[in-house]
Amino acid sequence: MTTQEELYQAKNTYKYGFSTVVETDSLPKGLNEETIRAISEKKQEPSFMLDFRLKAYKKWLESKEPHWLHGSYPAIDYQDISYYSAPKNKPALNNLSEVDPEILKTFEKLGIPLDEQKRLANVAVDMVFDSVSIGTTFKKKLEDAGVVLCSISEAVQKYPDLIKKYLGTVVPIGDNYFATLNSAVFTDGSFVYVPKGVHCPMELSTYFRINDKETGQFERTLIIAEEGSYVSYLEGCTAPSYDKNQLHAAVVELIALDNAEIKYSTVQNWYSGNPDTGLGGIYNFVTKRGVCRGYRSKISWTQVEVGAAITWKYPSCILQGDHSVGEFYSVALTNGKMQADTGTKMIHVGKNTSSTIISKGISADKSHNTYRGLVKIAKNATGARNYTQCDSMLVGDQCTANTFPYIEVSNATSQVEHEASTSKLNEEQLFYLSSRGISEEDAISLIVNGFCKKVIKELPLEFAVEAQKLLALKLENSVG
Amino acid sequence: MIEIKNLHAEISGKPILKGFNLTVAAGEIHAIMGPNGAGKSTLAKILAGHPSYEITEGEIWFKGQNILEMEPDERAHIGIFMSFQYPVEIPGVNNVEFLRASYNSLKKARGEQEVTPEEFALILEEKMKQMEIKPEFKSRNLNEGFSGGEKKRNEILQMALLNPSLAILDETDSGLDIDAMKIVAQGVNCVMNSDLGLILITHYQRLLDYIKPHYVHVMVDGKIVQSGDASLALTLEERGYDWLMQTTHEDV
Repeated sequence: MTTQEELYQAKNTYKYGFSTVVETDSLPKGLNEETIRAISEKKQEPSFMLDFRLKAYKKWLESKEPHWLHGSYPAIDYQDISYYSAPKNKPALNNLSEVDPEILKTFEKLGIPLDEQKRLANVAVDMVFDSVSIGTTFKKKLEDAGVVLCSISEAVQKYPDLIKKYLGTVVPIGDNYFATLNSAVFTDGSFVYVPKGVHCPMELSTYFRINDKETGQFERTLIIAEEGSYVSYLEGCTAPSYDKNQLHAAVVELIALDNAEIKYSTVQNWYSGNPDTGLGGIYNFVTKRGVCRGYRSKISWTQVEVGAAITWKYPSCILQGDHSVGEFYSVALTNGKMQADTGTKMIHVGKNTSSTIISKGISADKSHNTYRGLVKIAKNATGARNYTQCDSMLVGDQCTANTFPYIEVSNATSQVEHEASTSKLNEEQLFYLSSRGISEEDAISLIVNGFCKKVIKELPLEFAVEAQKLLALKLENSVG
Repeated sequence: MIEIKNLHAEISGKPILKGFNLTVAAGEIHAIMGPNGAGKSTLAKILAGHPSYEITEGEIWFKGQNILEMEPDERAHIGIFMSFQYPVEIPGVNNVEFLRASYNSLKKARGEQEVTPEEFALILEEKMKQMEIKPEFKSRNLNEGFSGGEKKRNEILQMALLNPSLAILDETDSGLDIDAMKIVAQGVNCVMNSDLGLILITHYQRLLDYIKPHYVHVMVDGKIVQSGDASLALTLEERGYDWLMQTTHEDV
């Protein structure tokens, strides 16, 4: 580790702030039709993909950057971003041994060992480094079960019919400014396909890493769960500490058919910028949406958001199938000068659909934390039900927390409940625990994890412990 | 065991303790009584190490060690325990998880082996039986939604578990009906032993019917103005605090 990195660590306690030196193959900065053709060509895409991209690009040119977020960000210079960056020694698919050792070391440092012996038990991982997928573990075991976990680039080549059938059906090309941009320039991401009746034998996971300084990350994830299938998927994200803002505009689409269940968990720990000056950090402008297309289908979002300079996202569920279920469990922690505007949308279309929203916001230092949510019950959604609980915790007296719940009900037989609370992590709670011999560090961890318990328990076990530690670590310097 | 010498303390520039002196030996029960605003609760918090108070003068010696610079958790480690007048609620934190974290923090600080969840369950079981606390208490969160009586019993349970050498009970009887108070008093008597020094802070004499003090001190305006045996409490019950307050004013 260089002194520079140590400095960052001392200052930010962001232990993923290092960068890796690798030879890259990247496109020059700037965005025009040529850029899009070049991306498509580099990925040797079929023509339908190029059409998809170009159509999106045209829509994007016509749309305007939105600024309704509760907070602010300077206008982004889209010509100052490189839209493609890939390590030069990209391995042949399926062969991790050919990966640049520097990159393997990077993932090792991030706690994601790819080494056969050291792999996370029972978790298959796909690694995305800047614009491309580096490799996927446990391919064989998944294949035996008939489950597909691969990069979306590979899926475009291998499963064009599925891509054609589903890509852009949940988040349409022109959905919103950033999703439109993503549709034009997305470079990689994960693809999951679980066939009919298959209960995926292991947790699936993608680890996103932004390494390059000038690159935006535009990943695209598509998960399809066929009738009666089940899959649990987790994504993790980190980036080096640069003093320049970087754009991350991802799109995630989930499709659950009859009696299928998708559980999607996120632990987001992008670099959040310098806590004192607010310089640098990731703009995390992400569109995530799932559709419960089938009867009794279920989609469950769990997110632990502790990083990024600005987070702006609403993982949502369209409950189309009768008796379908949508869930949203969220912990959003902001400190330093972070801004988060996050929540969910539950759109009840089918009969007897139900949704649960549990949101826990923790704001510290000079940060802003906003929950924004929509519960919409359509006219024909008889017997629909929603339960929402939004709790905010304030640490210190310079931060803010807001809750904007929108409820639109067009059906008299539905039932919508909303609960909200705001509390303070206060000196008295800390004093109480420390007077019982518990160190300040452990006391903060106890209080915060108690506050977030309902959400943390939804995470896969391997990650729940990590998430708990992360929350405590993030708050260590904000209390006292 | 503990020796408080000429203690002066303030909060936000406002003096609360103004030359407080007290010595408590192992096996002794001292009751501190006094009118509202005399500084009784401040004294309890200062002994436990509350960060909001500034000590401007004086010393606190505990087992031969000046503890003024010690953090609250370090004070707990060497055997100081304070039962809160208003125990805070900590939502989502399971009671047993908290109790074990507390118990083990003391073990760890003393260089002893920490106990496993299974071992702790047995230790807790026994203490709970002693204090007649219902088993469902274990599945609840720390003080969350507890009644006043339940919170106080939880405090005494913690005291029993941590087995301190000095315990300060701050208005343990406040907000309790007579039955709840009897149960709490019984718990305290159960924990009391010849190695423990006990400081009982109370507003009313009634708690002292159940926990018999060796000494009673009357605190007015930040210091002790009168000390005596248990009978002093009865006098106070009869005459109130006014006569003492007047004498102190005359002194000034």
